[in-house]
Amino acid sequence: MNNYMVTNLPEVAAIVLFGIGFSNLLLARNLIKKIIGLNVMDTAIYLFLAAKGYVDDAAAPIVSAGTVDPDLYVNPVPSGLVLTGIVVSVSVTAVLLALTVRLYEEFNTLDIDEIVHQLRRKDREAMR
Amino acid sequence: MTLVQNVPAFSILAPMLAGVVCLVLPARASHRLTNGVLVVLALLSFLLLNSFWDGAPMFTYRMGHYGAPVGNEIRAGELEASMAFMFPVVMLLSLMGGRNHLRSDIGRSKVNLYYISVLFLLSSMLALTYTNDLFTAYVFVEINTVTACGIIISKEDGYTLAASMRYLIMSLLGSGLFLIGICLIYGLTGHLLMPHIQEAVNHLARSGSFLAPLQVTIALLAVGLALKSALWPFHSWLADAHSSASAASSAILSGLVLKSFIFLMIKIFFRTVGPDVMTGHAILNLLLVFGILGMLLGSVNALFEKDIKRMLAFSSVSQIGYIFCGIGLGTVAGVSAALVQVVVHAVTKAMLFISAGGLMDASEGKKDFEALRGAGRRDVAAGAAFAVGTLSMIGLPFFAGFITKLTLVTAAAGTHDWRMYASLTAIILSTILTAIYYIRILSLIFGKEDSEEEVCEGQNRRILFAHLRRQLSMDTEYLLASFALIVINLWIGLRSDDLVAVIDAGLATFQ
Amino acid sequence: MFKGTRIQTLYNILSIAFTMLLIGILLYTVSEMPVMGDPLNPANNEVAVHYLTNGARETGARNAVTGMILDYRAFDTLGELCVLFVSACSVYILLRVDAGKKEEEVEAIDRRYEPRNDVILNKAFLFLVPAVFLFGTYITLTGHLSPGGGFSGGAIIGAGLLLYLNAFGLEKTERFMHRIRYRRLNCGALGFYFLAKGYSFFVGANDIKSVIPITNRGNILSAGLIMPLNVCVAIVVATTVYAVYLMFRKGGFNI
Repeated sequence: MNNYMVTNLPEVAAIVLFGIGFSNLLLARNLIKKIIGLNVMDTAIYLFLAAKGYVDDAAAPIVSAGTVDPDLYVNPVPSGLVLTGIVVSVSVTAVLLALTVRLYEEFNTLDIDEIVHQLRRKDREAMR
Repeated sequence: MTLVQNVPAFSILAPMLAGVVCLVLPARASHRLTNGVLVVLALLSFLLLNSFWDGAPMFTYRMGHYGAPVGNEIRAGELEASMAFMFPVVMLLSLMGGRNHLRSDIGRSKVNLYYISVLFLLSSMLALTYTNDLFTAYVFVEINTVTACGIIISKEDGYTLAASMRYLIMSLLGSGLFLIGICLIYGLTGHLLMPHIQEAVNHLARSGSFLAPLQVTIALLAVGLALKSALWPFHSWLADAHSSASAASSAILSGLVLKSFIFLMIKIFFRTVGPDVMTGHAILNLLLVFGILGMLLGSVNALFEKDIKRMLAFSSVSQIGYIFCGIGLGTVAGVSAALVQVVVHAVTKAMLFISAGGLMDASEGKKDFEALRGAGRRDVAAGAAFAVGTLSMIGLPFFAGFITKLTLVTAAAGTHDWRMYASLTAIILSTILTAIYYIRILSLIFGKEDSEEEVCEGQNRRILFAHLRRQLSMDTEYLLASFALIVINLWIGLRSDDLVAVIDAGLATFQ
Repeated sequence: MFKGTRIQTLYNILSIAFTMLLIGILLYTVSEMPVMGDPLNPANNEVAVHYLTNGARETGARNAVTGMILDYRAFDTLGELCVLFVSACSVYILLRVDAGKKEEEVEAIDRRYEPRNDVILNKAFLFLVPAVFLFGTYITLTGHLSPGGGFSGGAIIGAGLLLYLNAFGLEKTERFMHRIRYRRLNCGALGFYFLAKGYSFFVGANDIKSVIPITNRGNILSAGLIMPLNVCVAIVVATTVYAVYLMFRKGGFNI
């Protein structure tokens, strides 16, 4: 085990955030809290990816005219990937929240276990 | 670049464009446009496959002016072309077969949104088949997830909402793990295109540096995709999602969506990580164990179900277990068996879900076993299709299911250690269990109702023919789809060598 | 159903244990990864160098990230726009209230939670909203010369639309952004993006000379197709943000 955990601090922070989001997703009963946990998880992954492109003492990749010295700039690839990822995360959050609104209208509760329980009871009564 | 080599890029972009156009079209026009796009794509994929059979080599297609590793590219070989042929065909037959249910389940103003989701789902499955880049795969995996959710929730009732919520949460968890895997691999190699990653990974494995992160990366990529294709401990979302959706949507979900992720996983194992690192890897043994458990426990769960669609969904869990057992064996023969099962399960499960929809129609829309008693006699087409599907699932010779069991058993016997014993035992046990619950439902749907004892035989036959004549005039699409799927199943069963040869030839050029 | 029972406690303990295991493995992995910020990392390989040194010349964009996402890896951005589009469609399926149905209910709930034509909002947004739109347009158009681009610009324009909606009400907003215009803008922008990029992929793969001029002059009218594509992306993002907000608010457009 190297001491890279000390130098890779943003990545360590990203992993800890991922853990927080993940445990929120598993443990929270309220659907909105689960969605927030999923969002925190996704954001942590983007932090992790963005940290991959960092180069010490380098500037943002807006290059000047003429010849370009690549050592002066950070790696542009992870920034582009994170841009895509953020849009994807926002889109799926919108779909999840729309589902939550409809679920609340139908079942009057935000607890997914309670919803499943109501559905199973409806099934059992239909079978009888 | 010959003209036919433009087919892969066209197949990915055309459904997307059609989907965008569908936003402004009314319901009927979007239905016709979708059917048209599916037929055209099936024909083009067949032309591409034909060109490979005539000896054309596998090619990479630059998406833009810049080649790899700077730009994006897609790759097409015989195997990808065969998968790309299967997807539009099965999707078209599912949509045709489930047409009645689509008419009754989806509100009139939202029909074009359903077809938008279907077209983008097709586009994402084709993109996952052809892609040669890991991040493109991630983006299209997300499109796949959201559109699959879209085709579930088009039928708006409480069951689909709860099922799609659970499906989305589990699926996004899988995507998150997959994305961490991509980040780690990018950090270790700096490449996103699969052949370049393979080169860099081989270099890393040889030099022995970054060994632990490499293993964790492979595990994360595999587990992320396994979550999305309902491997055994991660299958809890499958039963609700596939049973609550409309008949056509269930057929598409069960037959095609799961398979596109499995194909991506095979591609990652073969092309991204590479056979040098993957052979004998521990993750393959883990997939084998989970596959075996899925085979057995999926069938056990299906035994206790009293609802036909949930039973079919759990049967899907069991069949996906077969595929992962094939992949987990770790040999090329195993992967070949898995791919044969992919094709056969797609056509068989689509047929089963469509005929289940027909049987439910013949029993006033009820799903439980008691209401379905005698449904096979009321609706002959559905009964016949269900019977063929059942016999294929059990694995009788002359039907397609026999080929998958044969290739899987041969592949398992090729490894001469604990994997052979475990797989063979699991295949035997799961075949017995499958036979039990399928024959039970088969005898139920062809069984006599008590009140039918008094009616005489002639009158029975007249009722049957009247029903058949009515179906021929009103439900032609449904009859055509059922007939086509039965023919495909029997054709695969009787001319299995062709299918196995195509898959083997495709795998040979897959690296 | 399982509230407060032993199964629930067992599930909680197992979840926490599983999370700790996963985080432990990932932390160990991070400790073994290359040092962050090191210019000799495997991630800073010849691909990144190519984007930085040749990006401006080949794509015409001074902003290397914009050049990468709209030219080198344009296929990924195409997929990303599709994710936006299909999620807007899914939200539409879920939340769209057909005209005439439950309109009185929706109106009543609306009035309970939102002020109608609040004076402070009206006066303040009279100055703020044009500034927001101007800023968003600036960021979109100079996406290839400075940080920005279609996504950030589109998000800002979308936020401007939301501000206008909240300050002045739905009727005034529907004067320039109603359902037909939303559909035409969305389909038009996406269609243009697909056709333009389809042309680009076709000529690129088949080695045909492209008719689109790529200049590196450093002003707005340069960099080939990148500026129009940025505008398309901004239109799609802005209309999607606005439409999703409208679905959540009232179940759809008025017209």
